[in-house]
Amino acid sequence: MFELRLPSFGADMDAAQFVQWRAEPGQALERGAIVAVVETQKGAIDVELWQAGTLARRVAEPGQRLPVGALLAVLASPGEDWQALAVPAAAPSSEPAAPAGQQVSPAARRRAAELGVDLATLARQLPARPITLADVEAAGAPPDQRAEGMRAAIGAAMARSKREIPHYYLGCEINVEAALQALEAFNRQRAIGTRVLFVALACRAIAQSLRETPALNGHCIDGRFQPAAAIHLGVVTALRHGGLLVPTLHDADRLSLTGLMEALNAAVARARQGQLRSSDLADSTITVSNLGEAGADQLYGVIYPPQVALIALGSVAARPVVQQDGALGVARTLHVSLAADHRVSDGRIGARFLAALRERLQHPELS
Amino acid sequence: MTPTDHETLRQGVADALSEIAPEAELAGIDPRRSLRTQLDLDSFDFLNFLIALHQRLGVEIPEADYGRVDTLDGLLSYLAARSGVAAPPRPEA
Repeated sequence: MFELRLPSFGADMDAAQFVQWRAEPGQALERGAIVAVVETQKGAIDVELWQAGTLARRVAEPGQRLPVGALLAVLASPGEDWQALAVPAAAPSSEPAAPAGQQVSPAARRRAAELGVDLATLARQLPARPITLADVEAAGAPPDQRAEGMRAAIGAAMARSKREIPHYYLGCEINVEAALQALEAFNRQRAIGTRVLFVALACRAIAQSLRETPALNGHCIDGRFQPAAAIHLGVVTALRHGGLLVPTLHDADRLSLTGLMEALNAAVARARQGQLRSSDLADSTITVSNLGEAGADQLYGVIYPPQVALIALGSVAARPVVQQDGALGVARTLHVSLAADHRVSDGRIGARFLAALRERLQHPELS
Repeated sequence: MTPTDHETLRQGVADALSEIAPEAELAGIDPRRSLRTQLDLDSFDFLNFLIALHQRLGVEIPEADYGRVDTLDGLLSYLAARSGVAAPPRPEA
């Protein structure tokens, strides 16, 4: 037997609204199967199963607002009798149903009728208190007002970062002419649907360079640094109507270039279409922000807690460079910056990372 | 000149664009300014737009030609030339 609980989708999220079940009791499910859908400030997210099992009992109900860690379902391990788990043990652990005569203010009742808000659903979400006009307004808000919730969540996470993390910043300019020419030659041989973008090459070089500086890759929790064994890049993705999502590229240092491009393109598409999966928002160990295409030559990022570093990519543009023979030439270059947590690393470590990244980008491997 | 073909190209561009930027309308786009700037398309959006165009119109645009397809006018002329359609009529000034 094992339990499925509401996963955390980042430091800026503490609760979600349960939307619907996508699996039936008795259904055998593979690892990675989508079991349920929840709604958060980051949009609707498909909750995936992290190990294979048979759904035995569904605990969460559509419309409920649940904190991170709340029990969603009980599952039977492979080979176990799911029906034995289908009935709750003696004391029911689920929340009590909303009291039948829950108080609703007259103004709230009128507004609910105007907005088409279902008071019974709302009562299940707010079981412990009377329903107010503000509750109804919030429930009836059109989806674009969710952008405000996302903005507030980003603000809270970034304020925490600036309050708690002593940032230091390093930057450098890297000549990427050879990398771009190699990539252009690579893409000429490929069908349009399998072309690789420079940002994928850069992400791969970043992930591989991080192997040499583990003090930048991991989490600082309660003042203690826990280096991560794997390198999972969170890639900041701007949404068309404002706001950000940070889908995760798992094991980015071990993916092939084309594999990384596919994973990145799919994750960015899911983020922009509001169809993220729980694994998209889990476990990132460091963040990459790429604002170069938006026109910024350089940027210095804010670390996403509890991570300990963020790498920012500025624009790729033709700029004057001093060549090896000392003459002045023109080449496409990229400004890269690192923001890192001084509780965990020093500038020397950060500089070593940038040097490793420069080396990889100047001598790229495309295979 | 075959107007239906221009219409097909224009419609193909409109459909491909709506997949990437659902709020965009061809009529609202300045045909001589950068598409990517006007519609705020990043490299993923732009590549996916070109993939959608390829699926609809069968024209695969190589990276080396990106400079020629940055505006709506440029893109329509390019697609017309590549698919053997006469150049689209110039809009009246």
